[in-house]
Formats: sequence, structure tokens, C-alpha cells
Amino acid sequence: MKIAAWFIGAIGVILTAFMLFTAGWERPPIDSDQSGFRGTGMAEVSNPRIEGPLMEDQMEGLPQATPLTAAMTAGPKAGDVYQNVQILDDLSVTQFNRLMTAITEWVSPEQGCGYCHNLNNLADDSVYTKHVTRNMLQMTQSINSEWTDHVAETGVTCYTCHRGQNVPEYAWFNGDPEATAVAGMAGWRAGQNRATEEVGLTSLPEDPFTAYLDEQQAIRVLGNEALPYDESNASIQSTEMTYALMIHMSTSLGVNCTYCHNSRSFGTWEGSTPQRVTSWYGIRMAQAMNSEYVSPLSSVLPPHRLGPTGEGQKINCQTCHQGVQKPLYGTAMAKDYPSLLTLSSPAPSRASIEPEASSPVESLALSEEQEQEENDPAEGSALY
Amino acid sequence: MVENTNIFTRAQVHGPIDYGVPIPTGQDQRIGKPFLAYWLGRIGDAQVGPIYLGGYGVASLLTGFIAFEIIGLNMWASVGWDPVEFVRQLPWLALEPPPPEYGLSLPPLNEGGWWLMAGFFLTLSLALWWIRMYRRARELGLGTHIAWAFAAAIWLYLVLGFIRPIAMGSWSEAVPFGIFPHLDWTAAFSIRYGNLFYNPFHMLSIAFLYGSVLIFAMHGGTVLATSRFGAEREIEQAYDRGTAFERGGLFWRWTMGFCANSESIHRWAWWFAVLTPLTGGIGILLTGTVVDNWYLWGMKHGIVPPYPETGVIDPATLQGGGQ
Repeated sequence: MKIAAWFIGAIGVILTAFMLFTAGWERPPIDSDQSGFRGTGMAEVSNPRIEGPLMEDQMEGLPQATPLTAAMTAGPKAGDVYQNVQILDDLSVTQFNRLMTAITEWVSPEQGCGYCHNLNNLADDSVYTKHVTRNMLQMTQSINSEWTDHVAETGVTCYTCHRGQNVPEYAWFNGDPEATAVAGMAGWRAGQNRATEEVGLTSLPEDPFTAYLDEQQAIRVLGNEALPYDESNASIQSTEMTYALMIHMSTSLGVNCTYCHNSRSFGTWEGSTPQRVTSWYGIRMAQAMNSEYVSPLSSVLPPHRLGPTGEGQKINCQTCHQGVQKPLYGTAMAKDYPSLLTLSSPAPSRASIEPEASSPVESLALSEEQEQEENDPAEGSALY
Repeated sequence: MVENTNIFTRAQVHGPIDYGVPIPTGQDQRIGKPFLAYWLGRIGDAQVGPIYLGGYGVASLLTGFIAFEIIGLNMWASVGWDPVEFVRQLPWLALEPPPPEYGLSLPPLNEGGWWLMAGFFLTLSLALWWIRMYRRARELGLGTHIAWAFAAAIWLYLVLGFIRPIAMGSWSEAVPFGIFPHLDWTAAFSIRYGNLFYNPFHMLSIAFLYGSVLIFAMHGGTVLATSRFGAEREIEQAYDRGTAFERGGLFWRWTMGFCANSESIHRWAWWFAVLTPLTGGIGILLTGTVVDNWYLWGMKHGIVPPYPETGVIDPATLQGGGQ
């Protein structure tokens, strides 16, 4: 008995030491909500001691809209009063300025109007961020009007992603070509086998975004028949890539696989939850937004905003969701700004975002660069 | 007299140094000066050495070392020869098989060529070690059961890295050499082929694996529980009445109506252990070659219980726009 007591004690000490020096441990009790048929293990698990602070953190400083009154919508139109109003020109001047103020609070509360405007001539298009904003406004309108399958009536505003920052905290660059390069004699790693936060610290491919959210490659890998009749032939490598995207979705939303899938068959839809359909539209939305609104902006961005492939940052699930099933816990901010709910004409014209050669772009870029050195969200994501 | 009645070894098994039975002339001799180690005596025999290495042993260690070096140096190269990152990321690092586009052709060295080479030397090392085990057993006048059990494990290894990739027509189907990467491979493999749990040979393999554990616990427990009557001297007791071994058998006959005997229990154990990788290997070999989606296969053959449908339909079919 004495030996047994020592033995059990020693195991206890080892396990405790292991727990103290490794990360990610949560003490019970953990809440569990059944979300599927009994026996399928479909349940949402959450830790109330983490959920509370997370919610506080996300909702802290949530901007409040000044009420939109009927009087505000009356009066002269912004397009008639101001020069060079390419979109939102139908808004009344009051409503237009109300939105501008809100955007400032959402995106550049510290820099103010000067972050996008030449303060000596607000109509001037010389600052690159103004081009970006115009595109992003159209993107917001597109999401709210054309992608209700994903955002429903809640919609999005600039704040959904920006949260008071110039650049959303979670965005991605196309992977460094060196990760997949076959250079030298040895050490090729096929773009995987790195502890990366984007794919939940697995050794799965660290950049599933270029393949799926940019190049729009096929995500599905499972065969649709029991026997190998169809020529789908998806490789293990492409399966790992799909798996990596799914891990990203799981971590971005703070949910497990069974939030959408019955894990006994990831591919079949009959056993999936309705959330999987919402997610399906979410993937298409991210693809469409990247190709229609975000990617074209690479040409106007200053060099310090560009990634290893010379392109700007793009969006993925995390950009809006930020670890929560519904961004900002489903707070409907967009309804306070009706101009964000419908698509302005004209549709985005590629010509309108071409940079005009002028010095203010560069001077702003320079001053930004100095600030960025301290808190660039793009850095530090390579190795974890 | 010390009794083995505890769940921990209390007997220190050591005696005068034993040099073993003579080895026939014309072969290498056992090497190393034997010594006694107290702590090893706590868990087994206290005597360490002498050891027989022989030509096959040397060749096996050499080829195994070559494979180990190819894998390790490739891992190190993949972090740019940074020693700190090598240690930090070690569980994530791997030597990957060639990408799918190379099929079964010889890929460039740095795109799976090293993987093929490492696999070649590792396989050679295992084969040489198998020969060594077989020959050592024969030299001691033993049966070759251990060598064949080892061969069962080698079968599973060969299916995963050699036979199935050839059947699929691509080296890219094989497993990477790496700690987390081979686990991610396993998960991706099951996902790609529609959930391996519905593969009957996977089921058999799991049954034999867990069965091995059960039999191991039953046998170990029985022998320890009867060691107060000298059960560890089972050879002397196998044919006699009233011995510890008969009591062990009686215990199980009373408990579950049937008992193995001191000889057959080891056949049970051996077969359960050997059938684990044998059936597992068959299951892997059938995956992708004969069956593409085990879940749908299970549905077709009534293995999968139907659950109520959630009413969700594939949105890609609604829009006519596939992914």
C-alpha cells in the first residue's frame, strides 16, 4: 500500500506539473448543448468562464448610432452640394455627414477625417485610403443586399471587421511562395508542417486561403459513390487543404465540427445542420468579396500594405467573426444606416480605383509606415 | 522467500552472471562485458549483456540510421537549419511524400525523392532486423513466433507506405514521416474516404487491438494473483494438478464458465496481437482501391444506422453552381 500511495502521488505531481507548463487547459464544468440527434455527439461546448470575458471584450466600446430622424433625410443631396461624390450621392447632406462621422468612429477614430481625405480639399481623390473606402462601402452594400443568405437581416458595417482599427485585426496575405518552393537540395515541406494559428496549431497546410478564398478551387474531396466509380480522385494533400480551411472556420467561429456537420459523414448534407448552409454561402461570399472588391485594391495600396506576393490583405471568416458564432453577437448595426443596405450605382469601376500619381499618397504612406512598425497585425502570423 | 503478490515487482531477479548457451562456431560471438543493474532488476532481470549483433544487426542499424538521418536532416532543412526552430517545431516537422502530379515516377530529390529514399532504407532496416530476429530464435532452438508477429507489423507498414500507394498509382497517397503530420494524414485519410469507422476491417482491427489489451490484463492479473502459489513457474505447473495455474484456470471457469489453459492463453494473446495489424492492413489496402466512401458503402450494406434527416439540402444543387 505504501508503494501504491507513493506511485499515485508521483503520477499526480507529474500530471499537475504537465498541466502547469502546457497551455490550453480549462477547468470543468464546461457547458454542453445538444444540437443534433441523440447519440451523434452533436453538441456545442462552451466554457462560461471564457465566454463572459470574450463577450465583454468584443462588445466593449460598441459604437452607438445617433438616431436617424425623418428631418435628416430631407434637404439637399450630397451629390449636388459636394464635389466628386461617386457613391452615396443620393443621401441628404445631413445623412451623408452622419455616415462619414460613423465611418470615422469605426475605422479611424484616432486619425479622423484626414485618414482618407485631403483636409484642404475633401473632394480630392489623392489619398489612397479614400479609394479603399469607396470600394469597401460598395462591398458592404453588396454583402447587405446580395448576401442575405449569409448575413441575414443583421448585415454588416465597417465596424464588423474594423472595430476601430484602420486595418481589420484578422486578415490574410497570400502565402509566401517560399513556403511551397522547391529550392535547394532538401527541406521542401509542401506548404505545411508549421505550428500556425490560422489552422489551429495543426501541421495542416498553413495557407488554405489562397486556394479556396482567392483562386476558388474545389473544396469538396469526398466521393459521391460507395465504390471508386467517379473520377473525383481528390488527393490526400487536397483533403488536408480542405481540412485546414475547416479548422480555420472552426476557430474563427469558436465552434466545433458538429456545429455544421454530423461527423460520421462530413460530406452528406442530409445529416448536416442548417448552419452548414449559412457557412456554404459564407465561403462563396468571402470568395466573391475578395475577387470583386478586395483584390482589385492591391493596385492602389502603398508597398507597406502588400504581402509577399505583392498583393494586399484579403478577408476570411475570422475577419468578421473574430472567434464568435455571430459577429458582435448578432448586433444589428447596419439597420441604422439604410444607405449601407442597398447597392449604390454605379457598380465598382476598375478605373475609379486606379491611383492618381500624386504625392499625398506617398506622404501618408510614409507616416503610416512609421506607426505600423509597432502594431502591424500582418506580422507575427508566420510562426507561432 | 520473496513473493510476487504485489502489483509492483518486489523480487530482485539477479544471480551469477549468465553467459548463455554456446553459439555454434563460424558465427559472431556475443559482445560486451555483462553487468548487473539494480533498477533494471526492479522491472526485470538485473543482468545487462552480453549482446549479439551479427552482420544483419549491423546492417539493420546502419540502414535504419541512414533513414533516420535523411528524415531528420530534411526536417532541419525545412526550418532553414535553425537549431532553435528545429527543436521548437519538431513535432510539426516532416519529410513529405511526393506531390500527386508525380504519380509513381521518380520525383526530384527535394520533392519526395528524399522520402522515397528514406522509405527504402527504413524498409531495408526492418527487413534485416526481421531476419536477425528469425535467426536468433532459430539459434536458440526456439520457434519463430516473435518474428512472424513482427512480420504482421511490417505488413501494415508496407501497406501504408508501399503496397497501397502502388495500387493507387501515386506515392502521394503514402504517409509522411513526422509526428503530428502522420496524425493529420490519418485524420485526412479517414475524411477523404468517407470515415474509416465504417470499414469492417478497421472494426476488426480495433476489436483485436482492444481485445489484446483485455487479454493482456486478464492474463497478467491472473498470473500475479496466483503467484503466491508460484504461478510464475508456469512451465513446471502446466501438467500438474492443484497448482497455481490450475487455480487460475478455475477462477475463470467459475467466473465465466470457460477458461484458457496456460498454453492456449498465449495463443489467444499472440493471435489477437498479430491480427490487429493484419486486419488493419487489409482495411487500409481496400480503402480507395476497392471502396471510395466507407460511409456510403456502410449505408448500402445496412451497417450505418439511419438517423432522422435534418432537411438540409446541398445549396450547390439549388443554384446549379457547384463549388
